[in-house]
Amino acid sequence: MKSLGSIRRSFAPWADPASKPFISVKNVTKKFGDFTAVDDLSLNIYTREFFALLGASGCGKSTLLRMLAGFEQPTSGEIILDGQSLAGIPPYRRPVNMMFQSYALFPHMTVENNVAFGLKQDGMPKADIAERVAQMLKLVKLEKFAKRKPHHLSGGQRQRVALARSLAKRPKVLLLDEPLGALDKKLREETQFELMDLQQELGLTFVVVTHDQEEAMTMADRIAVMSHGKVVQVATPAEIYEAPNSRFVADFIGDVNIFDGKVISAEDGYIRVETTGGIPVRMASPDKPGNGATAAVAIRPEKIRIGRQPPAHAPVNAAEGEIWDIGYLGDMTVFHIRLKDGKVIKASSLNAVRAVEDPLGYDQQVWISFGEDAGVVLKD
Amino acid sequence: MAKLASALVSRLVIIIPYAWLLFFFLIPFFIVFRISLSQTAVAMPPYMPVFDLAGGLSGIMEKLGEFSLDNYVWLTEDVLYFNAYVSSVVIAAISTFLTLLIGYPIAYGMAKAPRSLRPTLLMMVILPFWTSFLIRVYAWIAILKPEGLLNQFLSAVGLIDQPLIILNTNAAIYIGIVYSYLPFMVLPIYSALEKMDHSLTEAAQDLGCTPAAAFWRVTFPLSLPGVVAGCLLVFIPAVGEFVIPDLLGGSETLMIGKTLWSEFNSNRDWPVSSAVAIILLMILVIPIVYFQNIQAKADDEGR
Ligand SMILES: Nc1ncnc2c1ncn2[C@@H]1O[C@H](COP(=O)(O)OP(=O)(O)O)[C@@H](O)[C@H]1O
Ligand SMILES: [Mg+2]
Repeated sequence: MKSLGSIRRSFAPWADPASKPFISVKNVTKKFGDFTAVDDLSLNIYTREFFALLGASGCGKSTLLRMLAGFEQPTSGEIILDGQSLAGIPPYRRPVNMMFQSYALFPHMTVENNVAFGLKQDGMPKADIAERVAQMLKLVKLEKFAKRKPHHLSGGQRQRVALARSLAKRPKVLLLDEPLGALDKKLREETQFELMDLQQELGLTFVVVTHDQEEAMTMADRIAVMSHGKVVQVATPAEIYEAPNSRFVADFIGDVNIFDGKVISAEDGYIRVETTGGIPVRMASPDKPGNGATAAVAIRPEKIRIGRQPPAHAPVNAAEGEIWDIGYLGDMTVFHIRLKDGKVIKASSLNAVRAVEDPLGYDQQVWISFGEDAGVVLKD
Repeated sequence: MAKLASALVSRLVIIIPYAWLLFFFLIPFFIVFRISLSQTAVAMPPYMPVFDLAGGLSGIMEKLGEFSLDNYVWLTEDVLYFNAYVSSVVIAAISTFLTLLIGYPIAYGMAKAPRSLRPTLLMMVILPFWTSFLIRVYAWIAILKPEGLLNQFLSAVGLIDQPLIILNTNAAIYIGIVYSYLPFMVLPIYSALEKMDHSLTEAAQDLGCTPAAAFWRVTFPLSLPGVVAGCLLVFIPAVGEFVIPDLLGGSETLMIGKTLWSEFNSNRDWPVSSAVAIILLMILVIPIVYFQNIQAKADDEGR
């Protein structure tokens, strides 16, 4: 498992200009009447990648997935799979399979017949079908339930039947629409890791749709954050979190403090910003916006330090405030700190020791501060 | 007090269907059954024995002894009855099959129609019920007779030069039954298809089925409860149908409904016509109960 991890870490075909994408979505638009569900969207997905489409409900994720599966035709644009255009190819001739959000298990068939459905349709010999079905049921740990009908299964078991059925034909790409959406939290977290292991084991390309950012961050190699039918950012979970390219992404993924202000100067990889609250900020930035341009600096709560004394670099990257709210979460504590200008800052600290001497309490005067690499300068 | 009242009300609600069955099914059934065990008499009522309480318990016991299965024996002796039963079942079965052939595509088309259009389509299926059944059957005479609308149309178009003889044949009976009972076939199938999850056919296609294969492997099996219900709703009344064979069928058409009617009215033989009715009920009830048993077993196996 350890070696897998290291392979995983070095798996980055998107960064290699020589590697060819397995799925190419090119300027795809999908309209329902006047309504544009997917808007001039382009994406590349690579072989063996675990790719997540993440976005709020109604942003067009399922529609994009359904175009990959062949249930919807793009209004314009093109989808290429393994070098071949999918235009005009019906769902039953595409080398992809889909796991439906509702699972769509056939209620009149037993678990094993559900799993065997696609194999029978392909005319596979009976003995081979039996073997493959047994193998699939073992994979999802449902051997004991082979003879049951779907409505006598729990939600988690149904989810696994759906998974086994969609994997049985060994598709090149598995499309998963909110695969864990109907499961409760604990089961969902377990299943996330099972899905990852499964994808590794079978060496498949997974495209998963989800509105749960934690789920996407946990499972995916790369995430495409979608909004109103467009892709806002495609990047690894770490890049999405640490270097969001827009206010939308920064806000959508995790918690964030955003300081709006004006650029004072920009030189050798750093810019200085005067925030509207009057805090002078110096932050690493590869871009060099012109002086006087508006800028927004985004800093995650865990990158903000809280202290009783002003830091050495004050007043730069520091501000005085008052503890307004404390949320104790067990593994960490979240503080809401109200600055002089009324802006409330979120800061979190890990509870690394069991008992802290003289812990921070309500209404105390504190200093918040952050490093010059702690945040990112957002472009819009 | 309120609790007691509500308990009473809920009891009452449960009792209503049972009371209905008792008064409108079981009691009439026993009356018919009792008459079927009697003998004809030139009297009013035209059968005996007739019970009266004046004879006391011993009188009643004595009269009970007069009951016999003679009428049933009589039915087996005359091949006419057997033929009438068989021909009724055959005609009903063929009509049911034809109704299914026509009704299924209609129901399918309705279930696939845009949601906003469905109430209108549903209305159109039910609409003929607003006219009297008898008038609609008479209308078919005007359409099917040799100089009727159908033949006029066909000869005007030039398809035929001799009028087609349809009226007073079995073909006319099929047309009449299919037309009259079509809504009973369409509605249960439509309701089965309409509540089906569309993603099931998508899943079937995703797993390699052409739309036709998806229909036969998923849609049709899942609509079977509707198909069975529709077939029973058409088959059962069609077996005992009297009006349609009488008005549209020929004199040689043998159907048990017609036989029963003539026993009852022309021959004034209430006991034999009651026996005919009881046998008809058995013919219908036994297969239905059998079917339901199979269904229940199949459901159990899924557990
Ligand atoms: N067949 C359709 N007809 C009309 N509108 C649709 C259809 N399918 C999806 N939409 C609309 O497109 C938008 C995106 O839908 P969808 O892709 O399902 O979103 P999600 O990101 O939640 O999966 C929604 O506003 C939805 O109402
Ligand atoms: Mg969706």
